[in-house]
Amino acid sequence: MSDKTLINVREAVMEKFFLFCASTSILALLLICIFLFANGIPAIQEVGVRAFLLGTEWAPLRQYPATPQFGILPMIVGSIYFMIGAIIIGVPVGIFTAIFFAYMCPDKLYFFLKPVVNLLAGIPSVVYGFFGIVVIVPIVRVLAIQFTGHLPGGASGMSILSASILLGIMILPTIIAISESAIRAVPKNYYEGALALGASHTRSVFFVIVPAAKSGILASVILGIGRAIGETMAVVMVAGNHARMPIHALRGARSLTANIVMEMGYASGLHRETLIASAVVLFVFILLINLTFTFIARKSGM
Amino acid sequence: MSRTKISDTILASLTWIFAGFTIFVLMFIILYILVNGVPHLTPTLFEIRYTTDNVSMFPSIVSTIVMVFLTLTFAVPLGIFTGIYLVEYVKRGSKVVMVIRTAANLLAGIPSIVYGLFGLLFFVVFLGMSFSLLAGSLTLSIMILPLVIRTTEEALQSVPDGYREGAFALGAGKLRAVFRIVLPSAMPGIFAGVILAIGRIIGESAALIFTAGTIAQLPESLSNSVRTLTVHMWVLSGEALHTNEAYATGVVLLLVVFFINTVSAFLAKKIAKG
Repeated sequence: MSDKTLINVREAVMEKFFLFCASTSILALLLICIFLFANGIPAIQEVGVRAFLLGTEWAPLRQYPATPQFGILPMIVGSIYFMIGAIIIGVPVGIFTAIFFAYMCPDKLYFFLKPVVNLLAGIPSVVYGFFGIVVIVPIVRVLAIQFTGHLPGGASGMSILSASILLGIMILPTIIAISESAIRAVPKNYYEGALALGASHTRSVFFVIVPAAKSGILASVILGIGRAIGETMAVVMVAGNHARMPIHALRGARSLTANIVMEMGYASGLHRETLIASAVVLFVFILLINLTFTFIARKSGM
Repeated sequence: MSRTKISDTILASLTWIFAGFTIFVLMFIILYILVNGVPHLTPTLFEIRYTTDNVSMFPSIVSTIVMVFLTLTFAVPLGIFTGIYLVEYVKRGSKVVMVIRTAANLLAGIPSIVYGLFGLLFFVVFLGMSFSLLAGSLTLSIMILPLVIRTTEEALQSVPDGYREGAFALGAGKLRAVFRIVLPSAMPGIFAGVILAIGRIIGESAALIFTAGTIAQLPESLSNSVRTLTVHMWVLSGEALHTNEAYATGVVLLLVVFFINTVSAFLAKKIAKG
């Protein structure tokens, strides 16, 4: 065999090897789907789709003669409340901060502040959760005793509000980073045109630039929602985790993610399978969110 | 003042207020943990063995480092080779690229608890690895793979085509051009991605609880259950007795995050300069 063919063989082999490496992502995704769905779907069938998704009672360990209940609606509602709370707190702050960074911030301040905000993205969720326990929860506790003292159960301060505040802070870096790049991607002559027509700096930014960046900003919000829904540890640490329908913003609730991490350690049989099934629900939900994000991001040409 | 002027003032002040709020919250979190944690960083917290009396974080630090290296060993070559395939071997915009990139994007969006559950079902139970260093790092490898792929792709794409053409013109084969010319120029970008991946491994907890377990011990083999630093902090914060030690662990984690961010910012600057 000549040198030339040897090199050709080597090239061909390596190309196949690279292709093999590239297919591991697909393989991993397939494995995740197969293992989650194979373990989760039978449980949903056994409990019944309606009873599982719309059942308001989660009591997996109830003993005979009573029957165990596997309704995950309290956790779905809990997750949605946390998400809405996080949006209310995180989205306005995040978008305004992004506008600030892109158009209002003096250069010198920017070079100091930008790394600081990047730092926010790197802090582990357990550290956020711990901060929630020692700072946010005690503050909310005062409010909870004041306003929900008449409700049953203890007012510990571990509540929907605590989790919402914490999640609102945690989604800030995502919203700021993506919104900022969307705002910066708007051609500078939009801004100059608005100025030339007599609009002030603030007016040009808020009524010309920001509307032009709206799909990118929307994409950042959707990605932030994905983070809030998927967050586990920080939520478990501050949300109180009561597995019942949420009654008040100052009282506890449990998210889908918290339900899995709290009970998977000791669950067995159908209980275990329903937890996997709730991961399937979570997985599908996140998938829809990401597809929406991809769609919007593509539309806005990011 | 005209109505326009008033609304201008309101919008501008809102911007400053909200941006100020962001910075304030961040500074507050960091300072609060540092102020409360640094006094509790005692030498006993770094003793070799973890006992119920002295909840030393030393075994967790070692476990975290081993976990990082092991995970990178699996994920970085795979991620880089995937990036090379997507950028250098397939036509840009072809179906193969679309499918692989979509898979990687979907992987990137999956919450860590779902990875943890998958790791439990597949590595721990199905492959019989039990709670172990190996099961934990394999789970994390899948989790950081999309990040490594994406940063490799971006780094390779930023290498000018002239480099490749020059290499081919001098008679280099594809492999030679990629490994001798393109990859070395893309290295800072790839390295920045790896640094980010290290940050994610260190910060991860939900995916590790059901794959690597929570036993605080020095890892002696791949089949040992280990407790990384974030998991350690989570366990401590659940016990009212150990709040001070949890603060101290938080300080160590924050320092690591500072360090990682500084290195990646430095690399980013280097790439920007070219």
